Amino acid sequence: MALSREQMAQRVARELQDGFYVNLGIGIPTLVANYVPDGIDVMLQSENGLLGMGPFPTEDTIDADMINAGKQTVTARKGASIFSSAESFAMIRGGHVDLTVLGAFEVDVEGNIASWMIPGKLVKGMGGAMDLVAGAENIIVTMTHASKDGESKLLSRCSLPLTGAGCIKKVLTDLAYLEIENGAFVLRETAPGVTVDEIIAKTAGKLIVPDDVVEMTF
Amino acid sequence: MAGLDKRVATYAEALAGLTDNMTVLSGGFGLCGIPENLIAEIKRMGVKGLTVVSNNCGVDGFGLGILLEDRQIRKMVASYVGENALFERQLLSGELEVELTPQGTLAEKMRAGGAGIPAFYTATGYGTPVAEGKETRQFNGRNVILEEAIIGDFAIVKGWKADHFGNVVYRHTAQNFNPVVATAGKITVVEVEEIVEPGVLLPTEIHTPGIYVDRVILGTFEKRIEQRTVRKA
Repeated sequence: MALSREQMAQRVARELQDGFYVNLGIGIPTLVANYVPDGIDVMLQSENGLLGMGPFPTEDTIDADMINAGKQTVTARKGASIFSSAESFAMIRGGHVDLTVLGAFEVDVEGNIASWMIPGKLVKGMGGAMDLVAGAENIIVTMTHASKDGESKLLSRCSLPLTGAGCIKKVLTDLAYLEIENGAFVLRETAPGVTVDEIIAKTAGKLIVPDDVVEMTF
Repeated sequence: MAGLDKRVATYAEALAGLTDNMTVLSGGFGLCGIPENLIAEIKRMGVKGLTVVSNNCGVDGFGLGILLEDRQIRKMVASYVGENALFERQLLSGELEVELTPQGTLAEKMRAGGAGIPAFYTATGYGTPVAEGKETRQFNGRNVILEEAIIGDFAIVKGWKADHFGNVVYRHTAQNFNPVVATAGKITVVEVEEIVEPGVLLPTEIHTPGIYVDRVILGTFEKRIEQRTVRKA
C-alpha cells in the first residue's frame, strides 16, 4: 500500500534530530510537525521571519500580526525569535537550517528539482523555494512517486523549469525512500506492501536497488 | 515635519512627491504588516505607471490589489502573486508586467540597495529561469548568479510604534520585509499604530533606526487575516 500523507510525514519525522532547526514547506511537510519523536526538541523556521513556530492559536489568542509562511495564523513557542525577511533568508542561504522539507513536481538523477512552474499554466511564483533548495545541505523532497495518470516523477532529467540544480539528495515518495547518488536513485526503503518491481516500473530515472532495501514499518 | 521630527499629519503629506512612473517598495508578507493606508492613499492620488516591489500583491479589494483596479501598477516585482484574480487577468492580457524574484533574493536586493551595495552573487536561482541573462561565476566550486540591488523612489512601511525621530519597532511577524524596505527608499514613509514620545522606545529595541525614515504618520489599521487557522482551546 502506498503511504498516506500522514505516514509520509511520520517517515520524514524520523530524520529529525534533537536540536535541529527545520524549515517545513506547505502541504505534507507541514504535517511533519505533528510527529516530532518524544525526547527530541526541534525549532521550526518559517521564512517570513519566525524561528520557533508554535501550534495554531486558539480562537481567543488569534493575532493578525502572527502568521507563518503559508499565511496561516500561528503562535510562537518559548525560545522563539522574530526577525526581518533579509535575516530569515540569511539563515536559509547561509546554510544554518539543519533540515528542509518541501514538495516538488519532479526530481531527477542529477539532484535537480522542479516545483514551481508548469509552462502554459499561470505561474504564481517561487516564493522562498529557490532560496531554500540553494541554501540547504539537508533537503528531503516529499511527493507522490507518479502522477495520477501513472507518469513517473523521478526522472533522468526534469522536464519542467527548475527550482534548483543539483541540490537534492533525499526523496520520500508514497512508495519509497530513495537517495540520489552518482547520477542515480538508490532505493533505500519501500512502503509497506509495495514491491520493488512496482517501484522499478514507476521510476523513469536510473534506479539502483541494493541488496539491503528495507520495508518501512509504522 | 521639521528637522529630526519626522511626523506628518496627513496621508497627502506623507506621500507628497509621489508621481507617475515611480518605483514604490512596499513592506508586508501576504496581508500581514502591509502599509494599508499608504496604499489606499496611492489609490486616491491616482498616480499611474508604477513599478511596485513587494513580496506579494495583496488580494482582490485589499492591500496592493486595490492599485490594480485603476491599472496604476505597470510592473510588479514579487516572489508570489497567487491570491489575486484581477492580477491574473491583467497579467494574461499583457497590461501588467511581472518580474518573479525568489523571496530571499528580493529581500537581499533591497537590503543591498539600502546598504549601498550595487549587486551581489547568490546561488539562489542558478540553473533556473531566474538566471536567464544574468552573469554567472563560480566561488569555491559553487555556481552563483549576479543579482542587482533595488532602490525605490518611495518606500512604504508599516510599523507598530515610532517616535518623533522615526525610530521604528515592528510587532511580531508583521516585521517581515518592512525593515529592509525602510532602508531602500529615497523617501521612506512609515505608518504606525502608535507614535510615542522620544525616549519611550529603548535604543536597544529599535528595529529601524530613524536615519532611514523621512516621514512618520499615525494610522488605524484593519489588519485583515488571510488564512484564519485555529486549534481547539
